[in-house]
Amino acid sequence: MTVPLLRVEDLHVWFDLTGGGELHAVQGVDFELCEGERLGLVGESGCGKTTAILALMGLLPASASVAGRVFLDGEDILFDGEDSVSPHRWKDIAMVFQGAMNAFNPVQRVGDQIAEPMKLHGIAEGRQARRQVGELLERVGIPAARAGSYPHEFSGGMRQRAAIAMSLACKPRILLADEPTTALDVMVQAQILQLLVGLADDFGLALVLVTHDLPVVAQVCECAAVMYAGEIVEEGPTDTLYHDPRHPYTRLLFSATPDLYGTDAVVSIPGTPPRLDRELVGCPFQPRCDRSFEPCPTVKPRMLQTAPGHSAACHLNDPAVRAAS
Amino acid sequence: MSENGGAPLLEVENLVTHFPVPRGLVGAMARRPKRAVRAVDGVTFSLTDGEMLALVGESGSGKTTTAQTILRLVDADSGTIRFQGEDISNASGSRMRLLRRHAQLIFQDPYESLDPRFRVRDTVEEPLRVHGVAGGTDEREARVRDALTRAGLNPPELFLERFPHELSGGQRQRVAIAASLVLDPKLLVADEPVSMLDVSVRAGILTLLDELRRSGLGILMITHDLSTAAHFADRIAVMYLGRIVEEGPARDVVTDPKHPYTKALISVVPKRDPRTTTEPQILRGETPNPIAIPRGCRFNPRCPIAIPECRAVDPELRTPAGAAASHRAACIRA
Repeated sequence: MTVPLLRVEDLHVWFDLTGGGELHAVQGVDFELCEGERLGLVGESGCGKTTAILALMGLLPASASVAGRVFLDGEDILFDGEDSVSPHRWKDIAMVFQGAMNAFNPVQRVGDQIAEPMKLHGIAEGRQARRQVGELLERVGIPAARAGSYPHEFSGGMRQRAAIAMSLACKPRILLADEPTTALDVMVQAQILQLLVGLADDFGLALVLVTHDLPVVAQVCECAAVMYAGEIVEEGPTDTLYHDPRHPYTRLLFSATPDLYGTDAVVSIPGTPPRLDRELVGCPFQPRCDRSFEPCPTVKPRMLQTAPGHSAACHLNDPAVRAAS
Repeated sequence: MSENGGAPLLEVENLVTHFPVPRGLVGAMARRPKRAVRAVDGVTFSLTDGEMLALVGESGSGKTTTAQTILRLVDADSGTIRFQGEDISNASGSRMRLLRRHAQLIFQDPYESLDPRFRVRDTVEEPLRVHGVAGGTDEREARVRDALTRAGLNPPELFLERFPHELSGGQRQRVAIAASLVLDPKLLVADEPVSMLDVSVRAGILTLLDELRRSGLGILMITHDLSTAAHFADRIAVMYLGRIVEEGPARDVVTDPKHPYTKALISVVPKRDPRTTTEPQILRGETPNPIAIPRGCRFNPRCPIAIPECRAVDPELRTPAGAAASHRAACIRA
């Protein structure tokens, strides 16, 4: 068996709240990522998807505490917290932040900003850095000559391409993209997604696509993990998640999403996600679930494999629990 | 059925809204030509009672300016707007104030559109005060409760005394909708009503708009999301650079698009089912600047099927061969 490129085990993140108390934003997340794989991390706002990947980057604020293991090539890089993660940041694991296209320094040339991580990590400097910046820009579809432009001279789509180029400056193997197309028009979104898929294919770059947009994941990723209340509640091939979901949340999320050709009714999910500043009892989705039964309010469902590569955390999949109730 | 002798609720004809671009002192002294952002550049459509029309387009296509011009929040340069048969293109301020009771706007962001210091009751009641309708306290109270109920905030007692920060995003948008319903409008203009909301609550707001449509309101929904338009609207009008380039029954536009721009858009909309893959027709570049709209067909520089004639002829909306009479596209090759 090959060692996966990245394995995340039992990842937890807590935030200290002002005025006391803690918010348990990520409650034990596990997943694996292989070279060249495209994984979707989906869920609604507040489900912990961004927090989870910021933890992988070691970029959470000081008010956060992190626990768990993150294996890169089989070696735990989280053993000493942020200190042991930072040598891998950008060099092995890079990230395109949400809204990165609007985070360029407006008074510095785009090319210089892309070269900055190269200098910081001792990858290239001077003329060599300029050449590499040119190559990166060309690779993301921007003429190398535009390296001397300022961010305002770029369109939104070009700034997002430049942000992706910047994340690739140190030749990472894993790219975490947080809502990379959310503020973009559909045609530009298609261009950016095509670019990300192309990068994954050409460089063997493993991609984690974090988004609330199920159709984007359905079209781009082979596999996806659905997050709810800080946990992954179902993961598997996107095709199976759509055609044979084993967690009611996944099924309801799909039926809440309008589809271009869909003729079935689009139905919202009643209620709201639970607060994460108090301990959750039972299944976190139970109050909103249409299939809730006896054990759900009190017993927390475990993640169970329902098919090879497909698991879900729902009592409906557990014959023992179903028989007992 | 309609109260105005069969005329459509809203008729927009050849609407043009341009925003002048300042030349600056130097530009004026150098006599540089005056330029304008041609945000809305000849838009024609109509909407009847009980109908939902989705105005779909990318950013910069002019869909929001179209909506603002219709409500006279922005002045048109030319064209006519008829509301319930009355030409309101040049209606006076006092006449407009009267008409605005019947035509209400719902904004995109319910986190910004509600006053954080107002209780739900005050937010929903305010339009009644502003328009001087419903004098008695009891009557106002009854109308506020009725509007909340119609907006799906039921029972209203649960919400009347709450502040916006005590509500979820979906509930906030329902409060905003209640505040527009309290005046009993005939027309709702909803500008991206769900784009700020979570997926799980969007459907509820859209279903609410659908119910209001069924109860007889005309709804003009501005959206960038073709899937939402396909699901909820009766008709779709696709805008590109200030012009409607295709218009027709929602299903027809989505399943049998006639304009090459619509075809490309539809091909790149991500589908929910991973097995539904369409060959994406990715257009190069981005929508050109609406200051310099291309000559001839405004889509010709990006069009995959353009012929030399497309650079000369500015095509009008017409029904292509084999399409339903109500399905029109502005393309000489359609």
